[in-house]
Amino acid sequence: MKSIRKTLLLSALVLGFLGTTSLVQARDLTVALRSEPTSMDPQFHALTSNIQLSETIFDPLVRTDKNAKPIPALAKSWTVNGNVWTFKLRPGVKFSDGSPFTADDVVFTFARVPKVPNSPSSFTLYLSKVASVEAVDPLTLKITTKGPAPVLLANLSQIPIMSRKNASGPAPEGKTTVELNRGDGLVGTGPYKFVSWQRGAKIVFERNPYYWGPKPEWDKVIYRPISNPASRVAALLAGDVDLIEDPPTDDLPRLMKDKKLRIQETPSVRVIYIALNQSKSVPAGMSGTDGKNPLQDKRVREALSLAINRKAIVARIMGGVAKPAGNLLAYPAFGTSKSLAQAPAADPAKAKKLLAQAGYPHGFTVSLGSPDGRYTNDKSTALAVASMWARIGVKTNVETMTPSVFFQKRNTYAFSTYLGGWAATSGEMINPLKSLVLTRNKDLGLGTTNWANYSNPALDKLVIEASRTLDDNKRSQILQKAGEMAMSDYAILPLHFELSVWAMKKDIRYGGRSDQMTLAQNITLAK
Amino acid sequence: MVLSAIIRRLLQTVLVVLVMSALVFIGLYMIGDPVNMLASPEATQAQRELIRQSLGLNLPLWEQYFIFLSKAVHLDFGNSFLTGEPAMHLILQRMPATLELATVAMFLSMVLGIPLGIYAGLKPDSLAARSIMGGSVLGFSLPNFWVGLMLIMLFAVTLGWVPAGGRGPVVSFGPIQLSILTWAGLKSIVLPASTIAVAKCALIIRVTRAATRECLPLDYIKFARAKGLSERRVLGVHLLKNILIPIITIGGLEYGQVFAFAVVTETVFSWPGMGKLLIDSIVNLDRPVVVAYLMLAVVFLAFLNLAVDIAYTILDPRVRLGGQA
Repeated sequence: MKSIRKTLLLSALVLGFLGTTSLVQARDLTVALRSEPTSMDPQFHALTSNIQLSETIFDPLVRTDKNAKPIPALAKSWTVNGNVWTFKLRPGVKFSDGSPFTADDVVFTFARVPKVPNSPSSFTLYLSKVASVEAVDPLTLKITTKGPAPVLLANLSQIPIMSRKNASGPAPEGKTTVELNRGDGLVGTGPYKFVSWQRGAKIVFERNPYYWGPKPEWDKVIYRPISNPASRVAALLAGDVDLIEDPPTDDLPRLMKDKKLRIQETPSVRVIYIALNQSKSVPAGMSGTDGKNPLQDKRVREALSLAINRKAIVARIMGGVAKPAGNLLAYPAFGTSKSLAQAPAADPAKAKKLLAQAGYPHGFTVSLGSPDGRYTNDKSTALAVASMWARIGVKTNVETMTPSVFFQKRNTYAFSTYLGGWAATSGEMINPLKSLVLTRNKDLGLGTTNWANYSNPALDKLVIEASRTLDDNKRSQILQKAGEMAMSDYAILPLHFELSVWAMKKDIRYGGRSDQMTLAQNITLAK
Repeated sequence: MVLSAIIRRLLQTVLVVLVMSALVFIGLYMIGDPVNMLASPEATQAQRELIRQSLGLNLPLWEQYFIFLSKAVHLDFGNSFLTGEPAMHLILQRMPATLELATVAMFLSMVLGIPLGIYAGLKPDSLAARSIMGGSVLGFSLPNFWVGLMLIMLFAVTLGWVPAGGRGPVVSFGPIQLSILTWAGLKSIVLPASTIAVAKCALIIRVTRAATRECLPLDYIKFARAKGLSERRVLGVHLLKNILIPIITIGGLEYGQVFAFAVVTETVFSWPGMGKLLIDSIVNLDRPVVVAYLMLAVVFLAFLNLAVDIAYTILDPRVRLGGQA
């Protein structure tokens, strides 16, 4: 009798166990996205929400690791000789339709980039240094660059390789964006392949049976765009989804206490900064300066930096979901200086002294522009900075507005100072330096987001030298020096680095990424 | 007579569409430059100019508007800046979801609102009537998104009866896809439809009650009662027919409102309808989509009004279409 009961119990346990394991195996992954991609065409719009999906369907030639170091993907190895780069491609790689991948597909892919019509943000950005691409044999590719191009590999990592066989078509670009949005020609070598896209509702991927790497974890990956943060949290709490991007900072303490959930916080490459308009004439929104622009005086800029209590902003405004910044990119990313790893401490007393030395013992008035809703808690951060500046006598009028209006005004120098954010997508220091603090030069594409009239010829020279240096060690040293130069001149005031946050069910693992992308291939089930 | 009135309505609609599209063009132009929202922050000036040219934004505004009009005549409303797809196509793709949500929501509000309203009108001093009216005040003063989130917290998160958002599996009838025909679909639509219905139902209750109170003392009701007709017939035929006119007016307009601007509910429930598309497009200054959307909304509302007017003439022979009685 007893033994029968025991057997029954045992078999029930075994059945139960089998039941759960088969359940686990059949489980699909559902991810709630913060924003829906604008297109499935991997060359239409260089936007994080698009790129994170194309990275899952496609592979680039090379990828970059955590520290922006290039690592092999579809290219197994490479050599560089002056302006000529030779790539050995990975043998035996197949597209998700079973056709083989060859150098010819790369040539097709690169040729398609400039032909995509109406691209709101073109991938030509990443091919600007490429002069020609040539398939030497099916597994050898030769790229000739216009001059030395140390950032070539980082740039190539942004271009997913399409299939010539599948993406060719009658239009100049082959398969059009609209066709690719339907999945027509959307064939890559990546771990998952496209199944369907119902706009606004869901995007479905499934495992690519021909994937060259280790077998992907999930049979199916379902992405649901849920733009409202509270609704994303609700969907996770209700168990509808396994993982959500970017839970609101206000909800984090509560989510962290929830035993059924896990939170992943990862430092991001996005810095939030204050730009100071250093034009010769008095900038908009400034008064009480006798027709001069005090922001041209380094002592005044230093005073404004010292007035800001970065730690307090991170703790009170950002709810701890940020890291105080002393540089434009967090140490130890490529080209960042160790001496700038710590954010400067606040010292209002010294700030007041510096202001007095500069001839403004009673301060002056500035405007501080800020977008409302572009970056995490952007408006509250601007208000906090304004009150800190007011404490050293710099009266600050905060002007916040919806992002589209803000960018328009910023690009016409409508503020004396403004709050901005910059994501160094390539993960190395040259990226923020080139865009934010180099002298604005339309023709060379330098200082594209330097809307502060900052100009330092010595710094320009250093950064341009770095952009021509192929030796990684040397380049890193030059960039470290350039970063130190910009920071000690208070060219721009970094406030904090945003942390990227993911919330997921207890049994889901995702390590997070500094580029804020959610890649299904890196999401696993806890064993 | 009826035909000329309809034609006049159509001409009015065309005029409204024209004025509206011009206003939207100027309005979005003043808000900002779409290229700032679209281009990668790393893009150089030359690349920005290229985008501007390919989208036709380098032309003077009046010329852009003229090109838009000449294409719109051929029912080409331009391509979305953001997705490169035809704007009208994007909207029509999402219309069935919104239409379904609006219809279910209005159906719920009517089915609940009219009987409750009549009851409150018949026995205005009863405790039940007072609670109905109290509830209705609450119903339309509670903010939409709050009601939605509360429903989600209660029924999806705490009780786990229904999903927290999204639309269920759909059944296709040609181009139209309906989710209410599947069990999972029904479960998904209950919360968003109820969220909209809370406010709309409150309105219907108040209108119905007022109309009932107005009609009850009138002679024909007294006469019907004197004739010894059953209460059911008095209410169900004589009263209902007469109070329907204000209800249809309000109901029709509200239906149009829900259809065209279910934005908040769609956002809270991540319902894949057109309202969410509108908000995203405004934020990104995706002008072709915003213009096409509002044109569609104007046309839809105009037709809805016309349908309401025609319904009048059927319900009340004294009313003539075109206002020339």
